This record gives sequence, C-alpha cells and structure tokens, in this order.
Amino acid sequence: MNEAVQLTHISHIYGRHRVLYDVSIAIQPGIIFGLLGPSGSGKTTLIKVLLGILKPALGQSIVMGTRMPSLHQMKHIGFMAQSDALYPELTAQENMEYFASISGLERQSVKMRVKSCLETVDLTSSAKKQVSSFSGGMKRRLSLAAALVHDPDILILDEPTVGIDPVLRETIWKEFHRLTVEGKTIIVTTHVMDEAEKCDQLALLREGEVIVQGTVEELKASIKADSLEEVFLHYGRVTS
Amino acid sequence: MKAAAVIHRILRQFRRDKRALALMLFAPILVITLLWLVLDTEEYEPEIAIVDAPVAFTNIIEHKEADFSSMNMREAGRVLKAGEVDGVLSWEDDRLSLILEGSDSAANRSVIRLLQETLQDMNPLHQEITLEILYLHGSAELNLFDNTGPVLIGFFVFFFVFLVGGISFLRERIQGTLEKSLASPLKRWEIIAGYLGGFGLFAVLQSLIIIFYSIYVLDMFMAGSFWNVLLITLLLALAALSLGTLLSTFAGNEFQMIQFIPLVIVPQVFFSGIFNLETMHPFLRGIGRIMPLTYGAEALRGIMIRGEGPSDYWMQIAVLAGFSVLFISLNILALKKHRRL
Repeated sequence: MNEAVQLTHISHIYGRHRVLYDVSIAIQPGIIFGLLGPSGSGKTTLIKVLLGILKPALGQSIVMGTRMPSLHQMKHIGFMAQSDALYPELTAQENMEYFASISGLERQSVKMRVKSCLETVDLTSSAKKQVSSFSGGMKRRLSLAAALVHDPDILILDEPTVGIDPVLRETIWKEFHRLTVEGKTIIVTTHVMDEAEKCDQLALLREGEVIVQGTVEELKASIKADSLEEVFLHYGRVTS
Repeated sequence: MKAAAVIHRILRQFRRDKRALALMLFAPILVITLLWLVLDTEEYEPEIAIVDAPVAFTNIIEHKEADFSSMNMREAGRVLKAGEVDGVLSWEDDRLSLILEGSDSAANRSVIRLLQETLQDMNPLHQEITLEILYLHGSAELNLFDNTGPVLIGFFVFFFVFLVGGISFLRERIQGTLEKSLASPLKRWEIIAGYLGGFGLFAVLQSLIIIFYSIYVLDMFMAGSFWNVLLITLLLALAALSLGTLLSTFAGNEFQMIQFIPLVIVPQVFFSGIFNLETMHPFLRGIGRIMPLTYGAEALRGIMIRGEGPSDYWMQIAVLAGFSVLFISLNILALKKHRRL
C-alpha cells in the first residue's frame, strides 16, 4: 500500500442530514492535495473522518497503511482546524510548547522546533505575547505553526490561509511546496481558486459527494475550460 | 508522560487568568468571612430573669451589660417559655442554677459568659459556688458558625472547583483545543489525568488557604487534625472536578454551565447538614445519600467538631473516592464520542 491516505466508501449522516456520501479518495505521498468545494459541502467532516476523530456511518480511513483512529499514526499527522484551536491566555510560545509536548516530541527538540516553526509563520517577534492580543491572521499563522511543530509526514489543513495577507500566503505556499519536496503529504481544504490552482491533485466536493477528481490540468481538460473557476461553476451547475 | 504536559499548560493558563485564580482562592475567604460576621456575633445584650438572688450577687451583676428583672419562679418560667428572656437565674443555698431558653446559640453564649464574669468578680466572697446550666430548648451546642463551618469549608471547595474546572473543560470543547488535543497521540485518560493533576494542585492550594483562614483567623472550632481536613477537602475537590468536567459535556456554553448550579450545587447544600434534616421523612433524607457533599460534610464535622480520625469516617472516604472513580470513568467514556482510542 503506497498511498499516504486512502478513504474508502465513506458515508456519514448528522441526524437525518446526509453530509458525506460514498466518498473514495486515494492520496499519493509527496503531493499537495486540495479538497475544493463550497461551504457546507462536507470538507470539514471528511477531514475529521480522515483523522479518526469522527467515526463515519460507513467506510474507513487508512493512513499510511494503518486504519484510523491510531495513536501511532497521530504522531505523524499535523492538523490545523478551521477554528483556531489555541489557548488565548497563553503566549504563542507556550501554546506551541504545549502542542509540541502532546505530539510526543522529545523535550530537547521542543525548543528548537518551536523556534523554527514560529519563524516559518513570521511570528518570532510575537512569541512572548498572549494569544488573546493576536489579530485573526496572527492566530491563523500560529495554528499553522502548531500543526507543523512535530514535523509530521502528513499535514491536514482546514482552510489554512483565511485571513492571511497575500504576501504571507505566498510564503506559506512556498513552504508547503518545500515540504512536499521533503516527501511530506499536504491535504488542504479551500474554496479559493488561485490556491486550488497550486495543488497537485484536486477533488471537488459538493453536497457530500465527490463530483470530480484529478490534476488541475485534467479537470480543466475534462470540460475544455481555461480556468479552474469555470470548472468549479460547471460542476456546480450540472448536478444541481 | 503526556499528562504532565497538560498539567503544565493548565498551570500556565491559571497564571494568566488572574480572575479565575482569585475566584478560587479568595472568593471562599470573602464569603466565609461574611458568614462569620453574620453567624459569630457576640455583641448581644442578654435579658435575664433573676429569682431569689442574694444581694451581694445582684449588686455586682447589675453593673454588667444586660437587662435584668427580678421576679418569682412561676413568673420567670412563663416569660422564659414565651421567649421574653434569654435565661432564668435562680439560687438555692450556694447552688446557682441557670435555665437557658436555648434556641439562639449567640444568646446562650453571652448569658453564660456574663455569668462566669460575675462569678469571677464574686469569687473572693463565695468560694463554693456551683453553676448548673439547663436548657429549655437545644443543648450546650457550639455556635452556629462552629457548627456549620466544616460543611461550609467542604461546600466552598466543591462549588468553586466544580465551576472553574467545568468551565475550563467546556472552553476546550468550544475553542476547539479539545479536538486538536484528540488529533494528537494524547490518550483520553491522559487528558483527564492532566486535568485532575492541574486542577488538583490548585484545589490543594485553595483548601489550604480556606482551612488555614477558617481555623486560625476566624477561630473556627477545630478538635481534629488539619491534615485530615485537607484529605477530605481534596477528595471533595476531586469529585467536584470530575463531576464538573463531566457535566460540561452537556453544556453548550458558559451560561449553560452556570445553569447547573441550582440543579447540582444548591440541592447538595440543603442536604449536606447545614440544615437539620432529622424531622424530614426518611425517604427524602435518602436523597442526600447520592450527593458527594453529604459525605464530605459528615467527615469534616466528625474531624473538626468531634476530633475524629480516619478510622471513624473511612466509609465517607470510600464513598467520596467512589464518586470520583465513577465520574472519571464516565468522563473518559464521554470523550469516546470524539475518538474511539
């Protein structure tokens, strides 16, 4: 089994509302995989299923050959939620140290990793400030740093660049590409087209179903479109 | 162990959240002081009926701060029953007899103190005076503050740990940090153990301050060992914390957590022994048996008023520990909703 992540026939319901229906996705290692879809299409639910923190009604999530949930695999996964899961009373540094320690990082390497991850997201100068004083964008960056801190093989990011200015967004995407060169796999959800363009592979999710998946070029070619936006609009229309 | 990381983080949060820290440590002090002011008043001028007292005695006692009236025994009995006087003082030869009305402990104390002072003043003249004290109602009980104090100590520890612990666990759920922690190799029991450890340290500090202040500053009656009191308050804190975090599962926000107070905390106060339940139907009294505070209060009263040691209240210790084990297990189960492992 070579896939970094394999989701097979996943279906889930909340109450009587169907949120995921027969989703099967295979993600190769070393790529950036984009989950594209309008809000409410089930992206976040799918990510929770992938992580093993939500048990789907049907189907299973296999990460690097191990069925989730698995405490062992959790060590190799970095997760950044859609909401900034941070402790507002603590400083950026203290938040990072906490997430580093619970991720099973050795005590000696915690300090070094925290420092380098804060550098990546350009928060070094604010390391000693309490998170409650942070702007929305700063919190987003800190969340990203917290997901990176234990140097995971698979990085799962739910809308990572919302509220981050274009310059820093560019830097962060460069960092993503650098990580894939190291062999890491990155899974991002987004509804921003220019970000989707940067993904190696895409899956378009609508009302809990995968409508189409493939590389950006494949998607465009499938309907002879010039831009991804057209693809997005096209597939949004045909199913409704 | 990763639970240590959780403990460390909670301690840091506390250091930043000065308000929560102050609430846990000093709100109990404030409330217990107010209760002391209300319940421990002694500046009361008693009304005393005097029957057949020798002149030497009346001459002295009349200068004391009290309201005296001489009357015959029959009249004295009537006004005592009517509650018009706090006590009746009568003489038979060298025997002094005091009948106290008894229902107000502050009044009892001031009458007795007054008499003892008077007798001391008279002592050079009358060496052989014996004072016999009888009660119309009640008995030679301690004052109300001494009596309810042990229960109050237990209550404050329980209440504040329940509230602060429950709300901070709730906030983990709301702000997504619980989910993030569960998306790490942290085990469910490590999260719970971390919480118990982190808050446990504050509960120790809180208990130490409350107990020390009550006993040494407010002079609450204390017959037993300080460490036994600390042990019981710690067990209470553990039960309160595990119950608080468990109930936070059923609250959607902080306000809903506050709504648990009249449901979970207030009934425990009623049944914990602050109020006398002897006249209550035995079945209703049984309600108190399912409440942790009842056991904590029983043990604390035993230690502080009767000077008991652990062998006298091992049952209460076992039940309190049992409550905690139950709530902790339910907590770990409740987290299973988020992640099976």
